[in-house]
Amino acid sequence: MTFRRTFATSGRVLRQIRHDPRTIALLLVVPCVLMGLLAWIYDGTPTFNKIGAPLLGVFPFVVMFLVTSVATLRERTTGTLERLLTMPLGKGDLIGGYALAFGLLAALQAVVATGFSIGLLGLDVAGATSLLVLVAIVDALLGTALGLFVSAFARTEFQAVQFMPAIVLPQFLLSGLLVPRDQLPAGLSALSGVLPLSYAVDAMRTLTVDAAVTSEVLVDVAIVVGFVVAALALGAATLRRRTP
Amino acid sequence: MPVASGATPAIDVAGLTVVRGRTTVLEDFNVCVPAGKVVGLLGPSGCGKSTLLRAIVGVQQVKSGRVTVLGEPAGHRRLRSRVGYVTQAPSVYADLSVRENLAYFAAVLGIPRVAMKLELERILGLVDLERHARSRVDALSGGERSRVSLAAALLGRPELLVLDEPTVGLDPLLRTELWGLFRQLAARGTTLLISSHVMDEARRCDRLLLMRDGALLADDTLDGLLSSTQTPDVESAFLRLVGQGAAGPAV
Repeated sequence: MTFRRTFATSGRVLRQIRHDPRTIALLLVVPCVLMGLLAWIYDGTPTFNKIGAPLLGVFPFVVMFLVTSVATLRERTTGTLERLLTMPLGKGDLIGGYALAFGLLAALQAVVATGFSIGLLGLDVAGATSLLVLVAIVDALLGTALGLFVSAFARTEFQAVQFMPAIVLPQFLLSGLLVPRDQLPAGLSALSGVLPLSYAVDAMRTLTVDAAVTSEVLVDVAIVVGFVVAALALGAATLRRRTP
Repeated sequence: MPVASGATPAIDVAGLTVVRGRTTVLEDFNVCVPAGKVVGLLGPSGCGKSTLLRAIVGVQQVKSGRVTVLGEPAGHRRLRSRVGYVTQAPSVYADLSVRENLAYFAAVLGIPRVAMKLELERILGLVDLERHARSRVDALSGGERSRVSLAAALLGRPELLVLDEPTVGLDPLLRTELWGLFRQLAARGTTLLISSHVMDEARRCDRLLLMRDGALLADDTLDGLLSSTQTPDVESAFLRLVGQGAAGPAV
């Protein structure tokens, strides 16, 4: 793994996305529209403030999961991955390059969506805004890492897209957004405890209500980062230079 | 500049067996490719040409056997900047420009930044794509796209080029130009292994490997092949070798 190859890869991924302005617009506008919709639905109730921040963490996770799994699948099906693996590119360069590129996009998305929600929609968050953005970026990286990993199990783009409801929705349902995690049936509560999105949502919830407790947030963030690293390592393990 | 390494073959395949799914594509396959030559790998579609090429560049899982490339085991880390590989389908990024594609692959190869501009210009000139340097690959014609793919493999002057059907779908003029380029590269010491299912391309190669159903039918020069089979052209030679005589379906 070298810095130059990793940066060249993330530069290339970003350049591909720059050639696709509609994707950029969707990445930036859709979370804002959804947050706006949510604010409108819960107009005049305290609910928006309760679930707004956790959802700011969920959107980048979902979007980056989709974008990454389709992008890496494309890399596999067009033969560019095979070409790269015959060249002096480390698996870490490729995975790291993707994580870096989508991490940057996620940061941009998080800043725009958070700024829009707090500035225009009046989302009230007790904790620091910078922490909110940080958690959103880590969530996006989680989406990227899981997307990289599951794309290895998809042969077609149809399959890749189906992994969204298969991998993402259960995590969303069990994350504590619908029913608090400690009120879930025993089995589900335990399951929720091993899913990364639960910690992402926990971190956001803490930020919503508490201005002081940052160590609790940081522990949750650290757990999510642990999941990111594990998923990236698994993703690297699915990259085989020799295929059947 | 690549140097042909005397008598050591560029590629040495010994007892190679490859099984894909339930099919044994290659069984106990042996072949030797001399350095600094243009070697044509000819045979009908589905005869195992691509699988053999994949094994040579080290991306094919093999069941048994030994593949040695430029003195190293196929796929060895040290070979990754010495071997250029072009797959049948153009494996470049359709949503990037020609130059952006080449610049990325050059960076992956570790071509020094200071030499980058010159190297890209050299490569664009070789494949005659200077005019399209700023065009997105998906705006190019099929023939131009495959030349972008070829261009990426030429970066950094690899000693061995493995090309899987590089001339498919090209008009006769372009095909002639490409073969001119291949000859030019070989003259500078590059070894080229080029697969084709067009028997006609045999006359442009120094040496021919004829394949069918995963087996090597012949390994000879064109003249040697024609005289040993007593046939006037490669197509008839192929038919003679598979024991069908002069009549039979075209391959």
